Amino acid sequence: MRRNRERSADRIQKETDGRNPVWPLFSGIHRAGRFLPSPKPAKRSLLSWKRFAAIVKKEFIQVKRDRISMAMPFMMPIVMMFLFGYAVNTEVDQVPTAVLDLNRTAESRAFIEHFAASGYFRIDGFVQNEQEIKTAVDADVIKVGLIIPPDFDRKIQRGETAAPQLIVDGTDPTTARTAFNSGMLVSEMATRQLLDERLKQLGGISLKAPSVRVTTKVWFNPEMESVRFTIPALVGLILQNVTLMLTAFALVREKERGTIEQLIVTPIRSFELIVGKLIPYIAIGYMGFLFALSICMFWFSIPVAGSLPLLLTVGFLFVLCSLAMGMLISTFAGTQLQAMMGMVFILLPSILLSGFIFPREAMPPLIAALGNFIPLTYFLEILRGIVLKGVGMPFIWKNTLMLGGFTLLILSAAMLRFRKRLD
Amino acid sequence: MHDGQAPFYAIEVEHLTKKFGAFTAVNDISFQIPKGCIFGFLGPNGSGKSTTIRLLCGVLQPTSGYARIMGRDVVKDTETVRHSLGYMSQRFSLYEDLTVEENLNFYAGVYGLSKAVRESRKQDLIRMANLEGKEKKLAGTLSGGWKQRLALGCALIHKPDLLILDEPTAGVDPVSRRVFWEIIHALARQGITILVTTHYMDEAESCDIVSFILDGRIMDHDTPQNLIAAEAGARNLEDVFIRRVERATGHAVSGTFQEMRFIHETES
Repeated sequence: MRRNRERSADRIQKETDGRNPVWPLFSGIHRAGRFLPSPKPAKRSLLSWKRFAAIVKKEFIQVKRDRISMAMPFMMPIVMMFLFGYAVNTEVDQVPTAVLDLNRTAESRAFIEHFAASGYFRIDGFVQNEQEIKTAVDADVIKVGLIIPPDFDRKIQRGETAAPQLIVDGTDPTTARTAFNSGMLVSEMATRQLLDERLKQLGGISLKAPSVRVTTKVWFNPEMESVRFTIPALVGLILQNVTLMLTAFALVREKERGTIEQLIVTPIRSFELIVGKLIPYIAIGYMGFLFALSICMFWFSIPVAGSLPLLLTVGFLFVLCSLAMGMLISTFAGTQLQAMMGMVFILLPSILLSGFIFPREAMPPLIAALGNFIPLTYFLEILRGIVLKGVGMPFIWKNTLMLGGFTLLILSAAMLRFRKRLD
Repeated sequence: MHDGQAPFYAIEVEHLTKKFGAFTAVNDISFQIPKGCIFGFLGPNGSGKSTTIRLLCGVLQPTSGYARIMGRDVVKDTETVRHSLGYMSQRFSLYEDLTVEENLNFYAGVYGLSKAVRESRKQDLIRMANLEGKEKKLAGTLSGGWKQRLALGCALIHKPDLLILDEPTAGVDPVSRRVFWEIIHALARQGITILVTTHYMDEAESCDIVSFILDGRIMDHDTPQNLIAAEAGARNLEDVFIRRVERATGHAVSGTFQEMRFIHETES
């Protein structure tokens, strides 16, 4: 090596633009001598703001350069809210219906007219026999078949119970249930009216039978639109997804790219590293939350009935909670792909069990109890409470407390696992 | 071993052992490296080099024995030791999405340097790595040699007493390799102790002291010249290295291509 050094001197000159490549290094800070120790501080404070600031700054620059991370808090609300706001609609109306009218009288036509006018059914056509209904249901052309028996008008005129038949395709339970319920409602109303008219024809008097009628009033969502139920909850779900994903990726990235190897030999403390790395994601996660909330308020016109500052405060708490979950995932995953798989384990249950779409009241007690271990469950109740009902702290303090508890618990677990030593 | 105030040795290792379950990665090793030396740490892959380095950095806890860097125990005084330690890993752990300058700024911040100190050192290091004019380039866009020297710059920004280089020249072209070693020798002349692992025996021959480690044990610890002289018939350190491995494993290190008959067979 020494012998060859002269020979390659000219190549080195080329590589270094003809300048002496090195020296002296650290001009002005001369070393005292080979064998003198350089003074180093022996005692150090628990947290160094310089180190902390260096990490925060570095992470901000990295996020800024990462287009996907920057786009996520905006793209996810847009895509998910429009998807759920328009495509996912649990209200069923205009169910395609075929009619088999075996009676063909004024009464039967009036009855069919009631179905068409209700808005729940769309009369797509009339068929000649039951087999045609079966074929149409099989072909998925219709969901409902209405069969009116030949003796329909006679039974009504005699004051007997007429028995029209409603055939419902039960493949999709939501559609079937709605069709079934509205079918019952429509026919009851139609029969009552037909009966009324019949009685009037007979004697010119209207029969006033004593009856009990429940008057109903729906609060908070008078039209019972599912959008008002789904969209505010989406704000919470999106907030969780964005924060969780970005956090998990950010921490795993250092492992995957090997930069963590360099960091663990520096004086950085794991506390400084974690908190420093997370600050930018608190900011981004919160931005996503604000953006999703604005879509909810201004595009879907669902105003916040309660206190907006309260919502923003609890929202911040939930950002922290999601962040902690992302961190916990990152301590298990070695690569971003593994982190992605870990996220599925959190995201799917939080969609299914939190009451985001499926009401927790309908779940078996054991499954509903599982939902109690998902922070999103508590945040959704808070979110819907503030946005739709306009409730304040007296009604949400319990959930807020639970959320805070979860945040502390998950954060400590992640911190403990995120040890600086490798063994 | 040292006079308390100013330790003579940069690295002191005594009966250092590290076990992972039943596997002993580092088996009772002891050595001392005087300050300002270039110490070549040689051994086949998986012989315990990286584990020893991790023990020296205080990243792993030793099962028994101890190590001292600049007279300070790496387990009890981990944080102080880390301030006097510069480390460059095999993979040049740079942030590829940060610029040259931002990488240096980050490590300066990590070691708590003031802005004035940072700026003056940064200039020196950028000149050293010959990265002038490339300050605003993303580290990921640099070629191997530049990356390697930038990684070295990041490891030097806090002015360490001991520089640990884990296969710093792996995958780097010969010219960059030569430039890099010029820098290493210049650093040693300024009093920085250097521990370097390498598979290039020409690099090892230019070290002041080399150690052979095999199956977690130190086989030899001497100057390259003495090692070559002691091994009869060895012309260079590569011969010494191969003989050591042969003796330890009881197998001749030679190609076994003759045994792979299928290479010579004609396909029917």
